[in-house]
Amino acid sequence: MLMLACPWCGERPEGEFICLGEAVRPRPLDPSALGDAEWAAYVSDRRNIRGRHDERWWHVRGCNTIFTIGRDTVTHQVFAGTQDEAAP
Amino acid sequence: MTAIRLSSGGVIDRTRPLSFSFDGLSLGGFAGDTLASALLANDVMLVGRSFKLHRPRGLFGAGYDDPGSMVERLGPRPATNQLATTTMLEEGGVYRSVSTWPSARRDVGAVVQLFARLLPAGFYYKTFMWPTWHLFEPFIRGAAGLGRVPGVDAWEPVGESRFGSCDLLVVGAGPAGLAAALVAGRSGASVILVDDGAAPGGRLPGDGGDPEGWTSACWRELATLPKVRLLPAATAWGYHEHNLVSVLERAPRGAPGLDLRNWKIRARQVIVAAGAFERPIPFADSDRPGVMLASAVRTWLGRFAVRPGGQAVVFTNNASAYGTALALADAGAAVTLVDARTEPEPQAVAALASAGVTLARASLVTKAHGRSRVEAVDVIDDGGQVRRLPCDLVAVSGGWNPAFHLASQTRQARSIWHDELATFVADHGPASFRLAGAARAEFEPVSCALDGALAAGEALATLGLRAHAFETPHLSEPFVARRVEPVWFVPPRRKADKVFVDLAGDVTTDDVGLALREGFDSMELLKRYTTAGMGVDQGKSGNVNVIGIVGALTGATTQTVGTTTFRPPFVPVEFGAIAGQRNKARLYPWRHTPLTDWHIARGAVMYEAGLRWQRPGYYPLPGENWSAAAAREARAVRQAAGVYDGTPLGKFQLKGRDVPRLLDLLYISDFSKLGPRRGKYGVMLSDDGLIMDDGVVFRLDEQRWLLHSSTGAADRVHQHIEQVLQVHHPEWQVSLIPVTSQWANATLCGPMAREVLAALQPDFDITREALPFMGMAEGMIGDIPVRLFRVSWTGEASFELNTPARHAAALWDKIMAAGAAFGITPVGSEANHILRVEAGYISTGHEVDGTSDAFDLGLGPLVSRTKPDFIGKRSMELRRRVDPERFELVGLLPTEPSRRVPEGAPITPAGDRVDQEGFVSACVSSVVHDRIIALGLLRNGRSRMGETVHARVRDEVIPMTVVDPVFHDADRARVKS
Ligand SMILES: [Zn+2]
Repeated sequence: MLMLACPWCGERPEGEFICLGEAVRPRPLDPSALGDAEWAAYVSDRRNIRGRHDERWWHVRGCNTIFTIGRDTVTHQVFAGTQDEAAP
Repeated sequence: MTAIRLSSGGVIDRTRPLSFSFDGLSLGGFAGDTLASALLANDVMLVGRSFKLHRPRGLFGAGYDDPGSMVERLGPRPATNQLATTTMLEEGGVYRSVSTWPSARRDVGAVVQLFARLLPAGFYYKTFMWPTWHLFEPFIRGAAGLGRVPGVDAWEPVGESRFGSCDLLVVGAGPAGLAAALVAGRSGASVILVDDGAAPGGRLPGDGGDPEGWTSACWRELATLPKVRLLPAATAWGYHEHNLVSVLERAPRGAPGLDLRNWKIRARQVIVAAGAFERPIPFADSDRPGVMLASAVRTWLGRFAVRPGGQAVVFTNNASAYGTALALADAGAAVTLVDARTEPEPQAVAALASAGVTLARASLVTKAHGRSRVEAVDVIDDGGQVRRLPCDLVAVSGGWNPAFHLASQTRQARSIWHDELATFVADHGPASFRLAGAARAEFEPVSCALDGALAAGEALATLGLRAHAFETPHLSEPFVARRVEPVWFVPPRRKADKVFVDLAGDVTTDDVGLALREGFDSMELLKRYTTAGMGVDQGKSGNVNVIGIVGALTGATTQTVGTTTFRPPFVPVEFGAIAGQRNKARLYPWRHTPLTDWHIARGAVMYEAGLRWQRPGYYPLPGENWSAAAAREARAVRQAAGVYDGTPLGKFQLKGRDVPRLLDLLYISDFSKLGPRRGKYGVMLSDDGLIMDDGVVFRLDEQRWLLHSSTGAADRVHQHIEQVLQVHHPEWQVSLIPVTSQWANATLCGPMAREVLAALQPDFDITREALPFMGMAEGMIGDIPVRLFRVSWTGEASFELNTPARHAAALWDKIMAAGAAFGITPVGSEANHILRVEAGYISTGHEVDGTSDAFDLGLGPLVSRTKPDFIGKRSMELRRRVDPERFELVGLLPTEPSRRVPEGAPITPAGDRVDQEGFVSACVSSVVHDRIIALGLLRNGRSRMGETVHARVRDEVIPMTVVDPVFHDADRARVKS
């Protein structure tokens, strides 16, 4: 069980959170402007990185904040903030 | 009679004798004995049979590294799979060996040994494939099991789970762990010290190793430190992310009636001082009872004052077993030491000589003689001369394997080959994790203590604490493994002789060779193919030998061969200990509406309505079955009036400037023009274009909206909207509050529903003009505040009366009283199901099954033609363009009107066992048509009206006619009345 730093509540155990998966970029404002492949990639493609990636967590049994952190998927080392410009 | 109890020494309490029985023999032991030590003290050498070949087996290790001494406890507290070496003896205990019948001494199944040649590695995989494994499985499992599950009186251990936290968790109370805990405890850190030994001290020999009583002094001092918690009789069995360690405490002190306590300890720093396991040198028939690890012999001598034999051969490739030889000699045994090395350490040789122990250098034990007990061994010297040495005990040491299991479980430590000690060590773990003492290949006890103190100092430094002074203790263990010349096994001199390298799984060196020849050359594959390392001790005794043998046979280095993955649990852990008190109802509690008591008093059979909400399924009258009750309730709604508890329906209050934009993004239809006090039905897609949920949104006033979700979809709808608001549109001003359980809901429905409502005397206008379909009202019924919504899921006029949960019971009572004159009937979810199928309304989990879109379910007209975007639009259009053939919602009438079709039954072309072209999503006995009706999804269904299609249920084919999916109130006149 991970310890996760909620930006509002501080370090709390994983059981209070729901993982929302990889921090994909925000939904395109005009999906019709995207080609089919581009749109399908937004909906389905995930990088599934071995190593550090950005992911979202929802402090659902806490303050309700959704936030993005970096986590190494091998070592579970957690990094404050994100490395990917696309992820807020 | 050669194994004896010594007259003095050990941790046993000679003033408290215990009597017990094993395989029908009445025996005696002392308080403080394990079952294993007591058996040995009674000269019982044969304790079981191996589980595959039924070879006679004895005690091999003295702790968790024992690969084969599982027994059943018939009483007290009958239980199977008890390891004799870790089971504390108790008065009146009745034990039985496993894998044997009728007993270990006379085992009928032992005839299997004669066919050992026919049971090579992979035998089961290769042999029992045809026609099917299941034909053979019961016999094989019956013959191979580790004991029988006790009957009705089986022990059900009482477990609990507890969280712990500390600055420093120390695993192991040997010299390293004790020193670490002491330094940290004295420095003011909060410390938890976990130890699974019979007493602190680790492998320090009972006598002589600790002349000043340092171990017990440490333990006493630790017990006085206020921030130190001692957990004896507890095993750390799993390391999880971020220093969360699982610890199993057996028979916790001060908790009578509690058998197991599973701790989840979150530690800022972890020091693992778990010691090391000795490994054997396998030779021909070295699995015979009486052959055991030298360290086990040392433990039995020192801790339990048991001398397991009178005429001993000690076989080693390192100095540590010299201590065992001296201890045996000291206890009066005649001892010969066989050292594989040409040049043993001179001090060790001198010590042997002065104790009268015979030494054979550069020699190997090649074979054990005797069947149910070792009687002699063959010893070969470097000149090739073989001689036979009579003996009743063989103590073996092939080197030591540090117990770095927890470090490996961090997934951040690699195992590295240590050439001088011929073993694997762990390189490093997470920054907040340290190994100390023998767990990192430091075997000399004073060095271990200093290592532990040093590790504690480092850990304290990271916590910002200054390490307290530590005085070097006086401990002695003259002979430890410093230079190990690996002997992975001794090749047998006769080809027919078997060398067992993994006793728990009956794996021989031949099996390893065979697996390699058949291409299973990676350790992970070889382990699964041969089962080496998969038995009771999980490879603690044999695994490194297997790795060494693979290296020897393939020419690869031991480092290249590598270890298999270490996974929790480190020792067997009862599921009951992990679950603790959390049975399903506690772990995942039911949700009740304020009306549950009323429903149950009325005789309702309660169902789960989704997300653990309890709702009445039906209210049977005396003598009624479920279908009769459901039909009666549904009929009441069609003909007069019914009321149901709709409280579990998901409810979300929305407020803020941008709610219209949010709703337009969430739903397929236009919501921005929805005026105050009006409602609108909406369908929500996810961005893959498939339906996530449906429900009605009411605009309560200018500022507030109330969004309804299906009961079972409330959590995912909540998550979906929060993601839209927090991730995709953080610039929007919307507040979202889940209010599901704040509001109770009693839904009046039926042609007389409005009359019942009038009888309740609300203080607001309920005429059809003032309160049309999809309208709402707020006001009082007596002293109860209510909010009324005109929605229908029944195909009849319906009035959803919402009230704050604390008024629910009073409102319900008023409804039942006012409705009595109209024959009001409480309605459960079975009747709801009939009513909604008749009316052709879709349901989440039936028609909305995660593969359907809005057009599939006939909701195409709701899709906005003007909105440029909503969630799911792009994917729905893309999917329909790529493949226009869709499963579409249809009604289905079985040709035989009384034929019920199981919900979920596939529809196949002509009923053949070929392609699936749809499925039956719901099937009920209609009260308006007095026959079976069904809904289903059918490929291109809307263009197939009137066709006959076929549901296939196993070998039966049920013909059905395709019809419109609305069976009642097609013009919705009743709903809108
Ligand atoms: Zn929070």
